[in-house]
Amino acid sequence: MLNASLKELSGLLAAKKISSVELTQTFLDRIAALNPSLNAFITVDAEKSLAQARVADERIAAGKAGALTGIPFAQKDIFCARDWLSTCGSKMLANFSAPYDAHVIEQFNRAGAVNLGKTNMDEFAMGSSNETSFFGKVRNPWDVDRVPGGSSGGSAAAVAARLCPAATGTDTGGSIRQPAALNGITGLKPTYGTVSRYGMIAFASSLDQAGPMARSAEDCALMMNVMAGFDSRDSTSLEREKEDYSRDLDKPLQGLRIGLPREYFAEGLSADVARAVEAALAEYRRLGAETVEISLPNTRLSIPVYYVLAPAEASSNLARYDGVRYGYRAPEYGDLTDMYQKTRAQGFGAEVKRRIMIGTYVLSAGYYDAYYIQAQKLRRLIAQDFEAAFRQCDVIMGPTSPTTAFRLGEKSDDPVSMYLSDIYTIAVNLAGLPGMSVPCGFGDGGLPVGLQIVGNYFAEARMLNAAHQYQLATDWHLRLPPLCE
Amino acid sequence: MSLTLEDVKRIAHLARIEVSESEAETYLAQLSSILGLVEEMQAVDTRGIEPMAHAQDVVLRLREDAVSEANRREACQAVAPQVEAGLYLVPKVIE
Repeated sequence: MLNASLKELSGLLAAKKISSVELTQTFLDRIAALNPSLNAFITVDAEKSLAQARVADERIAAGKAGALTGIPFAQKDIFCARDWLSTCGSKMLANFSAPYDAHVIEQFNRAGAVNLGKTNMDEFAMGSSNETSFFGKVRNPWDVDRVPGGSSGGSAAAVAARLCPAATGTDTGGSIRQPAALNGITGLKPTYGTVSRYGMIAFASSLDQAGPMARSAEDCALMMNVMAGFDSRDSTSLEREKEDYSRDLDKPLQGLRIGLPREYFAEGLSADVARAVEAALAEYRRLGAETVEISLPNTRLSIPVYYVLAPAEASSNLARYDGVRYGYRAPEYGDLTDMYQKTRAQGFGAEVKRRIMIGTYVLSAGYYDAYYIQAQKLRRLIAQDFEAAFRQCDVIMGPTSPTTAFRLGEKSDDPVSMYLSDIYTIAVNLAGLPGMSVPCGFGDGGLPVGLQIVGNYFAEARMLNAAHQYQLATDWHLRLPPLCE
Repeated sequence: MSLTLEDVKRIAHLARIEVSESEAETYLAQLSSILGLVEEMQAVDTRGIEPMAHAQDVVLRLREDAVSEANRREACQAVAPQVEAGLYLVPKVIE
């Protein structure tokens, strides 16, 4: 049951071998047993989940089930879910019960899926280790003294330890792919504009994108079929025909041209990660793909560009937390300005405050051109690097993260060293391209390594095909962490 | 461009975040190291390059100027720190 795919679970439900209530209870029991050692969930509400499961069972009995009806999914706590606490990992929203559903939540509800609970995350999705959550750090199920990555670390740890069949995540600079890599699971960040941002608590709006985090590429494809789609309430949602993301899964990889960016295999990549990624590429060549060397010359600029643009957008987005309409308000204050200042000083954690202040600075009079506009110009150069690369190849592959999971506390006092761990993922967000991470082996100490697959705009089906064919030939994605044995 | 303690206090005020004297010192060190990381950008000649604000070149959609949402004042105000008679309460701003 723990390793069952979404398709298998759907089959068991349809054949009445198991009910949604039983399936949901199985995972609730696992959460009760294992979550105390992982802290992957912020909110679990068995009553609400089981009520949804009962409705799903009726729908199945009535013969009106879809592909995901009755299957429980964990939702990252960045998504507003009506009458569920939706905290975004922050003290600012610790008591915020959302009055409405995010589009993503609506889509899962329409599909008849069960909300299994809300997963832990870095505060306002700002972090690469899940240590900035107001609700405590998440632990990596492969080694509980190590980080699960971030910001979707709770979702990644929950899927890896099989506390849920699959989960949602969001990715602004690597927040789906890096934790997927560090936990040995499969994650997809779609093309910007594919999944609606409505009701997804905003961090950096020109970069934020939601996507699936699951056991396999096949499961990610089924979730994409539910999550993607036009939504008029998100001004950047793209009006495109509905597509079936699993349509190309079974295509052979003969003739697939894989671009290997020179800059992703250079200094800074740890030897154990390099070994696992090289072995994965050898497997792809066995499957009929060919590899070509490419260059993304502006890769190293993606970190400075991101750490100007993302904080700038965050400082604007997070201005809404003023202690007036929702969320935390300081217990004692003088005038209105004092109320704002104390509310925000007490309600935000250290990393969020750092980023708001950096963003405020780069947008302030006298610095706007030198920082913000310069970063936007470099953003175009970074996007043009990919445009040139995709003339030579169909997909780009390389490591997702330069190292395997690092130790808790190792980088938490040094923001700059934490930021550098996002070197391979950030450029993809700046360009708005789709990116995936797929388990491809283990490094030193038995820690999972992720292979990153980057596609051209709207090439998700092709990427899922490449990942699925690899997963048919390997079993890295089926390995379970020691915690589960 | 190096930051001063005065800069940090000015930024904190603009961001409406209260900082104590000792916190300002910590921020000075941390923000300076982040700006040091970002400094690398300045070496690139970007004359003639159009700034990229957004991943897709799309035009914002327009819609009819019509009411599309139901009135859910009570549900929305249920999560507010302080309300009275349907109004949000804040400290007095006009004498």
